[in-house]
Amino acid sequence: MGSSIEIEKPLSEWAAVYFGAGAKVQALKRLSGGASQETWAFDVAASGTKHALILRRAPGGVAAARSSEAVSLATEAALLGATAKSGVRVPDVLHVSPPGSALGEAFVMRRVTGETLGRKILRDEEFTLARTRLTRDCGEALARIHAVPIAGLPELPRSLGEDQIAKYEAIYRGFDLPRPVFELAFAWLKANAPAPAVPVLVHGDFRLGNLIVDAEGLGAVLDWELAHTGDPREDIAWLCVNSWRFGQSERRVGGFGDLPDLLDAYAGAGGARFTPAEIDWWEILGSLKWGVMCMIMYGAYKTGADPSVERAAIGRRVSENEIDLINLFEGLGRHA
Amino acid sequence: MHDAPSAKELIEAVKAFIDKTAAPQLTGHAAFHARVASNALATVLRELDIRPAAEADEKARLESLLGVTGEPVETLNRRLCEEIRTGRMGLSTSGLLPHLKSTTIDQLSVDQPGYSGLRSAAR
Repeated sequence: MGSSIEIEKPLSEWAAVYFGAGAKVQALKRLSGGASQETWAFDVAASGTKHALILRRAPGGVAAARSSEAVSLATEAALLGATAKSGVRVPDVLHVSPPGSALGEAFVMRRVTGETLGRKILRDEEFTLARTRLTRDCGEALARIHAVPIAGLPELPRSLGEDQIAKYEAIYRGFDLPRPVFELAFAWLKANAPAPAVPVLVHGDFRLGNLIVDAEGLGAVLDWELAHTGDPREDIAWLCVNSWRFGQSERRVGGFGDLPDLLDAYAGAGGARFTPAEIDWWEILGSLKWGVMCMIMYGAYKTGADPSVERAAIGRRVSENEIDLINLFEGLGRHA
Repeated sequence: MHDAPSAKELIEAVKAFIDKTAAPQLTGHAAFHARVASNALATVLRELDIRPAAEADEKARLESLLGVTGEPVETLNRRLCEEIRTGRMGLSTSGLLPHLKSTTIDQLSVDQPGYSGLRSAAR
């Protein structure tokens, strides 16, 4: 983990180049969350203006060889640039710091004001107007993300539905813990797989928690670490997975909207015309994936890698995904 | 063997210690973990209450679905997984989805009784 002393000096040196001599780094603070990357908030005071900024940095400035498919910080910065050009609201990137530099592997972006906590966005009065706009905003943002020309992007992992089934089934079987509901989901997904789509840029974790929402609606799309090329329906369905409705189950889209409206906004912004029945398959895959991820987190306790009570307890959240899958199976007839 | 205090009483006592004495003195990460620890003990208390009858019901349903008796629940569940994996049972199998639903509702009543999906399932 980086200390503020370790990064304040190289950050000040960068600020003096970018904003001019006399620019001062202030209020540098490590933000919580984001286990795989460091996220810091800071201000730069320069010529009477205060710039609110964020530093995203590899732990200790050095990217570990990670087994996950998470993209590098340089790729994340490139994606922010490319999606901004396609009209997606994302933070402006001011600087990309290469591995081995004084700051380490990192990038600096503008800090967008707003809320990321799902429960607040869904319940607080200040987001009343935003909630009426979020479905449309998300549909448009997703259509624009999926329209980004892949040719101009850094190399991204490719992961279609069948790749994800294979990956998560192998992990699930590795645990040797029988879960008949997951077994049914794997079998059903394989038996009912849709024709693969032409791969597009997929955000990979587009949901409340990773979206900055302000009083007017969607402010910025964050957390591009899981970006890959794949099926556009994956992103649409992930936003619908009940785990990301934060208790507001009756609104299928993120707890704030209805799927037909999202699909209309998506098609209206130039995206393909998808049907709710198509999204069912991907939402089942999404719930199953999150269930296996909860098993992975519990696995970290079981193997002793992370002996915290939090990792142990998360194993008792797997049943949340099981009931979501059962509710989805029961609902299949409604969209047939 | 005697049981005064019972396992339930001991867990209740430890939970009360965490909630009333330990947690108020903690901050930050430790306070968060104390809350998680208290919730974990609440899960154990619900399990002591709910599991015996729920597991007996689950076993009876599994025996009826699989046509097998005299095996522990875990073995029956492994058999069921195998039936589903090989395609011999699926969504169209009579009684399968209702069984899985009942089992999952019982499991959630122990694990996360406040989960939104549990309310949806009950409707």
